[in-house]
Amino acid sequence: MIDYLWLLIVLPLLGAATLIVFGKRIGEPWAGWLASALVGAAFLLAAGFTVPLLTGDGQPETVELFSWIPVLGVDASLLWDPLAAFMTLIVTGVGLLIHVYAVGYMHRDERFGRFFGYLNLFIASMLTLVLASNFAVMFVGWELVGLSSYLLISFWFVRPAAAAAGKKAFIVNRIGDWGFLVGLMLIFAAFGTFSFGAIFETAPDVLSTAMATAITLALFIGAVGKSAQIPLYVWLPDAMEGPTPVSALIHAATMVTAGIYMMARSAVLFELAPATLVVVATVGAVTALYAATLAMGQRDIKRVLAYSTISQLGYMVLAVGVTAFTAGLFHLMTHAFFKALLFLGAGAVIHALGGEQDMRKMGGLRKVMPITFWTMVVGWLAISGVAPLSGFWSKDEVLAAAFAHGTYYVVLWAMGVVAALLTAFYMTRLMILTFGGEERWPDGADPHEAPKVVTVPLVVLAVFAGLAGVINTPFRESLEHFLEPSFEGVTQQSPAEGPTVVVLALVALIAALVGIFIAWGRYSKKVPEERGGYWKAARNGYGVDDWYGRLVVAPGKAMATWAGETLDGRIVDGLVNGVGGSVKSLGNSLSGSQSGWVRWYGAVMAASTLGVLLWLLLSGGLF
Amino acid sequence: MMLTPGWYMALAAVLFSIGGAGVLVRRNALVMFMSIELMLNSVNLTFVAAGTGLGLIEGQVAALFVIVVAAAEVTIGLAILVAVFRGRATANVDELSSLGG
Repeated sequence: MIDYLWLLIVLPLLGAATLIVFGKRIGEPWAGWLASALVGAAFLLAAGFTVPLLTGDGQPETVELFSWIPVLGVDASLLWDPLAAFMTLIVTGVGLLIHVYAVGYMHRDERFGRFFGYLNLFIASMLTLVLASNFAVMFVGWELVGLSSYLLISFWFVRPAAAAAGKKAFIVNRIGDWGFLVGLMLIFAAFGTFSFGAIFETAPDVLSTAMATAITLALFIGAVGKSAQIPLYVWLPDAMEGPTPVSALIHAATMVTAGIYMMARSAVLFELAPATLVVVATVGAVTALYAATLAMGQRDIKRVLAYSTISQLGYMVLAVGVTAFTAGLFHLMTHAFFKALLFLGAGAVIHALGGEQDMRKMGGLRKVMPITFWTMVVGWLAISGVAPLSGFWSKDEVLAAAFAHGTYYVVLWAMGVVAALLTAFYMTRLMILTFGGEERWPDGADPHEAPKVVTVPLVVLAVFAGLAGVINTPFRESLEHFLEPSFEGVTQQSPAEGPTVVVLALVALIAALVGIFIAWGRYSKKVPEERGGYWKAARNGYGVDDWYGRLVVAPGKAMATWAGETLDGRIVDGLVNGVGGSVKSLGNSLSGSQSGWVRWYGAVMAASTLGVLLWLLLSGGLF
Repeated sequence: MMLTPGWYMALAAVLFSIGGAGVLVRRNALVMFMSIELMLNSVNLTFVAAGTGLGLIEGQVAALFVIVVAAAEVTIGLAILVAVFRGRATANVDELSSLGG
């Protein structure tokens, strides 16, 4: 049974190949249904494979497919363990819902079939990433999700902004990929293999602390790029140029969590490098707080959610940094549900208003779009951390683990709590501006509730966003128990115990409620202008893009120009043209001898023959 | 006076020089062909004379080869000449210099 694990990757890959080639011919809506069916089949298969792991009969299994790079001893092989199962179920489950949603959302798009081809390609890539049983295969998936992300961000490439955003995402991710690649080389240098099993078993004996620190820092650079942390987060807000299902699937629920997954998978290595963990935790906490302050000031509904995603990813990175891997993965899962839900809801709103994304032109949609409104209420409360919805449990577990880690980490915990308050604030702001108050719709807009293909996924996601918290509460740690085999030999930070955890939960809850009430007081009566210094700076992303432009992009462009014009244009071209030119001028100067007169040629031949004959006679060589 | 091979050689050399001069100084392609023919036959004379003088049959064999090759060469050469004459109405080789560099 488990031998058919490769089907999980091949099914969506097949869909991608079919739809990219025949997408136009299959057309709407069958292309969408085909793609959804394949992802659904992958989900069912994954669920089937997961059953033995749940009942406790199953062991982690490695499935060898073929020998890939024999020189390095690298096989194309897959690993099915609780962690892989957990990620696969999220990717295919949330992916399926978003595929179905996209059938409605992409209605009447010219390249409908192509879109689903790319979505399927993404699912196949992501599954390659999470099912890999060695770093080499993981890297293939890692790069492929980057490619699908690029293709989907710039899906509407006729818009210059979308094309630019796709390029930006790809290039910024390349910087992270560089770090990941360096990490892989160091790992191979230290272990002589890429296989997870061999590496994690021998790591404590093989690695010195310095080497472990170098490896994990390099891997962390990769995670920073993919999971949009400071300083490489800049691509994610721009990635909102892609169609909304893409934002939900790739840039909120699944792909951006690849960095978290990779670090959790390498938990053994990270535990060996305390210095890296300090960096990881700090980057996570600072990103969580920093991105939350940016989310507060946005007017574009999707950009609010984009910065919110960066902030929530910060929580997950913080969890990894305090070695609370399960807590991080728990938050990864709940975030996948409620953020996908919020994005899809936002997409429904944008569609209803004919493409309007500015929240100042929304308002009063509560009555017109009741299903979207109520499902988004669930998402709003979940992300704000209001008990007993899923976000409360997962965020609280991350924060409690940070607090329990002690000393310096209490500061990071405090930053996390402030970020939670800001989260509640900006989400309440978003909800009130979108659904509450009076109608400020753009001219000619006539919003209606979205069709069933859109609302059904919303409702399903709302159920999960509401209830998913129960799988890992302090009362019943099912997820922790389930993931145990994947974290063998890893000492995880457990959340604070006893009365402390209750106090911490209350603090987080109060922070969330305070955030909601402040926003309620500020926005429920009228819409403030928000033109002042902070608001302008936040909308501008604190000018970080400008600074990157000046400090990184401009020197890079200057170097490329130098390489192109001086190095290539003058030196390389000069060399090549010089050789060609000298041969040509030699030919020109000799071409005069080719007069075209037969008698001239005859005379030269006769004279030459006579000359040679004379020379032989005189030198005495012939006789 | 006994005719030694040396006499034949001398005659052949004279004929070869006349032929060579003809190729170089005459402008009419037809006459050039005839001059070439003269050169070839002077060589034949050398072959035969040398073969007789040394008592070898190879001299005559070589001469026969030359005759065959010369026949083929003339066939092709005359065909080209006819084709050129049709196109340009001239057999003057100095005017046929369009391949000059």
